[in-house]
Amino acid sequence: MSKTLFDKIWDAHIVTEVQDGPTQLYIDRMYCHEVTSPQAFEGLRKRGLKVFRPQQITCMPDHNIPTENQESPIEDPVSKNQVDTLDTNAREFGLQYFPVGDARNGIIHVVGPETGLSLPGMTLVCGDSHTSTHGALGAVAFGIGTSEVEMVLATQCVFQSRPKTMRITVQNQLQPGVTAKDLALYIIANMTTGGATGYFVEYAGEAVENLSMEGRLTLCNLSIEMGARGGMIAPDAVTFEYLKGRSFAPQGEEWEKAIARWKTLQSDADARFDKEIVFDASHIEPMLTYGTNPGMGMGINDSIPTLDDIDPASRISYEKSLEYMSFKPGERLIGKPVDYVFLGSCTNGRIEDFRAFAQRVKGKRKADSVVAWLVPGSWEVDRQIRAEGLDKVLEAAGFTIRQPGCSACLAMNDDKIPAGKYAVSTSNRNFEGRQGPGARTILAGPLVAAAAAVTGCIIDPRGIACVSGSTI
Amino acid sequence: MKKFVTLTSTVVPLPIENVDTDQIIPARFLKATSKEGFGDNLFRDWRYDKHNQPVASFVLNNPAYKGEILVAGKNFGSGSSREHAAWALADYGFSVVVSSFFADIFKNNAMNNFVLPVVVSEAFLSGIFESVNRDRQTTLTIDLKAQRITNNATGQSEPFAINAYKKECFLNGFDDIDYLLSKKDTIEAYERSI
Repeated sequence: MSKTLFDKIWDAHIVTEVQDGPTQLYIDRMYCHEVTSPQAFEGLRKRGLKVFRPQQITCMPDHNIPTENQESPIEDPVSKNQVDTLDTNAREFGLQYFPVGDARNGIIHVVGPETGLSLPGMTLVCGDSHTSTHGALGAVAFGIGTSEVEMVLATQCVFQSRPKTMRITVQNQLQPGVTAKDLALYIIANMTTGGATGYFVEYAGEAVENLSMEGRLTLCNLSIEMGARGGMIAPDAVTFEYLKGRSFAPQGEEWEKAIARWKTLQSDADARFDKEIVFDASHIEPMLTYGTNPGMGMGINDSIPTLDDIDPASRISYEKSLEYMSFKPGERLIGKPVDYVFLGSCTNGRIEDFRAFAQRVKGKRKADSVVAWLVPGSWEVDRQIRAEGLDKVLEAAGFTIRQPGCSACLAMNDDKIPAGKYAVSTSNRNFEGRQGPGARTILAGPLVAAAAAVTGCIIDPRGIACVSGSTI
Repeated sequence: MKKFVTLTSTVVPLPIENVDTDQIIPARFLKATSKEGFGDNLFRDWRYDKHNQPVASFVLNNPAYKGEILVAGKNFGSGSSREHAAWALADYGFSVVVSSFFADIFKNNAMNNFVLPVVVSEAFLSGIFESVNRDRQTTLTIDLKAQRITNNATGQSEPFAINAYKKECFLNGFDDIDYLLSKKDTIEAYERSI
């Protein structure tokens, strides 16, 4: 019987199927960070258990860690306690561990792919919804809760209901100046924030195939923002080229065998999906969000939908959202002043994002009115930035590079956007208070962020004049 | 472990759509290393203003509304996978959340903490909001064995879905880890087969 890529990987990992119940799914690798794992380790201790397969678990702190002076102890005692707890747990249970300051530390969803710990054909989980990122390598990767983290620690399995399958095909090519982030925000705006709930998504089509690995990671990362259990892309030459030589990727003869196996990881030509959606990449503009969920997105030159465009049942929620953002229905955002710019996170904290940002700000100056936080997704990304001389370009334009971590994406460290301030963020969520209580988040790609950083306002990065008169 | 068979309770109405887990429990309260005490910060930034004073218009601050059942707009629990959202709801005293649609990860997390997510039709959901608007003492009855939810103000009732395995877990207070631990042989056999 013909199968989708998802079916092939899922089916190969079924241990048992409980009658009229969930699937007991075997997990190849689990990542643990400091926020969603302590109660799981504690549960293990209470039951007197060891970690069942310690060699398949990798731990690293990323959410709480400061992006300055990581050499010094964390000042916030509660954050410090959580990071220390992960340290204790990783050491006590004998798990692979990349502590703060380790050359391999960074955001889990950046580090997993770049170290080759995440590989095609795997099942991967983490107590973190953006685990969908790793699907870009051709893996079944999804976020789980802490009880499920405990299940994996204890048995290397989770119970999951089998999701339905969806294929999103993006035909034609993205225009110059339109990034993977714009593609993702476009898809989510069309699908809505809950539109893929219950489904596992495979992305396909010319625009997806043409994405770099970094771009694919960005796209799959945001799958959860339309409710999908996960997102994935069939591995191809781009995937293999990206993985070759990575620390934990197979080497030598094993590499050749792996490639042969990975080449079979494609949906069969006649495989049936529960839902098929098709988009045309050539229409997509640089995107941004105007509301308080990632589905509330539009082309940068568009106007915010009016109340007439909104289903009457949804109007209360819609108005609440715009009130929080202090935007009006029908309004355009071009020319709006911006207070903060955040480049980073598991969505856009990779080398390609820094290249795009640096290329756009080269020879210009950061606007005095803007506070810019540039946070590499990992130390490896930081090393690449310096190796390519991007640090010099950025510093010449008035930017500084901070130390890696989740940072202002969810403001669990000191990187908080103050109440009422507008931040153009390359991160993944514009929920109320996500970047700090009262913070107003406009999600966008690295080019829109760069344009905002040097002009101090929302502006089409392809060079349209800002209302204040400045052009880039 | 807690067992769930039937529940009749007044409800707390929250007719907002797409309530994400960052609203249920904001990230800055995720730094604890135990599961207790999250109820104090449930809906923190809707419940308290920036001076930590209760926001009078928010439903949890209105003494007229109480009960073990939260009724929320569609797509409840979207966003972050933080199980802290389920811990906060349970700790505050909710045993059931009713909505027309739940986000996947939240649904699993809720069930793993014996908070029952009950999916109803859009029409049934708006019926509940209307009943509660008319009479704050409106009660709902959730009969897990019969898989039926009843709006006692109108007498309307609807079946709801839950898989047989999870239903048994709720009725008997079993958890998944106990079950999985009993399957170690099967897991090791699987590992040998790959």
